Amino acid sequence: MIRQMVKLNWLRGLALLAFALLGVAACSQNENVIRIGVFNSLTGGTATFGISSTNGIKMAAEEWNAKGGLLGKQIQLIVEDDQSKPEEAAMVVTKLVNQNRVAAILGEVASSRTLAGAPIAQKAGIPLITPASTNPKVTKVGSYIFRVCYTDSFQGAVCARFAVQKLGLKRLAILTDVKNDYSIGLADYFKRDAVLLGGEIVSEESYSEGDTDFRAQLTSIKGANPEVIFVPGYYTEAGLIAKQVAEQNMNVKLIGGDGWDSPRTVEIGGAAVEGAFFCNHYSAEDTSQMVRTFVANHVKKYGYVPDAMAPLSYDAAELLFDAIQRAGSIDGAKIRDAIAQTKDFPGVCGNITIDAERNARKAAVMLQINQGKLKVYDVIQP
Amino acid sequence: MSQFVQQLVNGLSLGAIYALIALGYTMVYGILRLINFAHGDVYMVGAFVGYYLGRILNAGAASSSPSVLNFFLVLGGSMGACALLGWVLERSAYRPLRKAPRLNALITAIGISLLLENLGQLIFGADPKDFPTLVERTSLSVGIVTFSNIQLIVIVTAIVLMLGLQYIVHRTKMGTAMRAVSFSHDASGLMGINIHRVISFTFVLGSALAAAAGILVGLYNPKIDPLMGIMPGLKAFVAAVLGGIGNIPGAIVGGLIMGVAETLTIGYLSSTYRDAITFVILVAVLLFRPTGLFGTTARAKV
Repeated sequence: MIRQMVKLNWLRGLALLAFALLGVAACSQNENVIRIGVFNSLTGGTATFGISSTNGIKMAAEEWNAKGGLLGKQIQLIVEDDQSKPEEAAMVVTKLVNQNRVAAILGEVASSRTLAGAPIAQKAGIPLITPASTNPKVTKVGSYIFRVCYTDSFQGAVCARFAVQKLGLKRLAILTDVKNDYSIGLADYFKRDAVLLGGEIVSEESYSEGDTDFRAQLTSIKGANPEVIFVPGYYTEAGLIAKQVAEQNMNVKLIGGDGWDSPRTVEIGGAAVEGAFFCNHYSAEDTSQMVRTFVANHVKKYGYVPDAMAPLSYDAAELLFDAIQRAGSIDGAKIRDAIAQTKDFPGVCGNITIDAERNARKAAVMLQINQGKLKVYDVIQP
Repeated sequence: MSQFVQQLVNGLSLGAIYALIALGYTMVYGILRLINFAHGDVYMVGAFVGYYLGRILNAGAASSSPSVLNFFLVLGGSMGACALLGWVLERSAYRPLRKAPRLNALITAIGISLLLENLGQLIFGADPKDFPTLVERTSLSVGIVTFSNIQLIVIVTAIVLMLGLQYIVHRTKMGTAMRAVSFSHDASGLMGINIHRVISFTFVLGSALAAAAGILVGLYNPKIDPLMGIMPGLKAFVAAVLGGIGNIPGAIVGGLIMGVAETLTIGYLSSTYRDAITFVILVAVLLFRPTGLFGTTARAKV
């Protein structure tokens, strides 16, 4: 009996020792760097979002590292690809939290994927800032989840006001991606505000992310004879939808949300997206000093003019680094409090003040596709 | 009314593509009693071969606009490449299992399907690609219906290929041999028919048709990715079952019905039922007419 207990204790001791060693190994990892997790869609259906966003974050990290880093340490980005799939997003965030033990997480453009990853960060007490997820549900996940962009309740109102008041078009149709939280949310807010302003929703149709044939839906929409089709989806489908709208000889204006913001919209849609409008976070043509510097640096580093995902993500990273600096620690709760206290932080896509709901209030830009280029048509203040 | 006719046109264009894929399933089943689950992925490979060929051609003829000639070159090239792929698959994966229980071949087919899908993601990348423009889109209005020249090309090409297949099966020596083998392997072997060659030929023919479907879909909905074959493959399989598996005209009719049913479901119910309708049809067929519309009951001899 006694012998057995001795043996058990011995085993326990060994286990403890192993844990201690592991702990030391984990600690020694973060002695001279601060690890920041990034999860984005580098491949898959919305790859341009993830690539553009990650490029923006890298720019911010390199600038800070060149200036001597954060709290005297270098910033190390750990970038994970979620293949444009929500289930992968949950997996890579788990990895960032448990395996890489990151201090904070930046990421996901798409609301569905941020919603998949955010609960894991929240549970672990690790702050997460999404650069571009606009669905209101995202920051409601918990006190550690923030965003640096406007929400869809604002974006939907902007699009509705633009269609009904600015363009004076009252017969509206909506084509929603029913597999996408962002699209469903944006469609709802658009509908709510358009009806309040005196617009009429004459047709509502749906598709699922990944579909390529929208003719049946468009034929139904055409039957209702709308003046506007609102397409709150992502760029791949938006381009194809525009093409099939043109094919059916429909005389309508297409309006989209920030999910259209990718060079691929014009590549896929070609002549069919000419004259279409979409709501966005910034315009590369903005003449303010910050935008000009950012665009010039981006072009120098990557060789092309960035879409909105890059500057938004740059802003998210800058805001996070600034908050860590102010917190003076990489403790999750302290970083969280520092982010929550952010006021009038100068960002490329406008000044950022984090409100009590952990959202940012910012202006929106309405862009029009004109000869394959994006022209500012209207700027709407919150 | 005009909306209904328009939906029919949309449905028939989609159905023509399903029908082309369904033909491959039904021919292989007719001869080998094997459901070749890799068939949908051959269709995917066809689309990707077309993607690369089209880009080369469009780059080569940068000055000239996209032309119908390019379309035929791409169509022919891709059908040729997939015919070769079909031959290789049959030779390497199915022929060694000819004498094995039928289940082994079925599982092999699923394995080949997964192999092609994952190889596709490795080689072509997981991102969706934009199929090059081979023919400029224009829309034509006839009476109350508007359709695009692409829809016209899809339907006409599909009809021509189906007529060609009908000719091969009923008017050539090889076609006669195919029909003979589908009755009985042993008896046709005794009659001096080279069964292996006939089976290879069936795979070649089916794969070429799948490639044609891949090109047509690339032209019609210009977005392709390595997993694009899964859903259309399943739907075409259901189409083949609906028409009576093993029956060539049945596959064509089944494909057209599937396309129209899907389009009408989206148009008048909701797009969320787009894939569900396929399987509702499958269940209904299996419940009420297990042999399909044109199938004949195969009585087991005791």
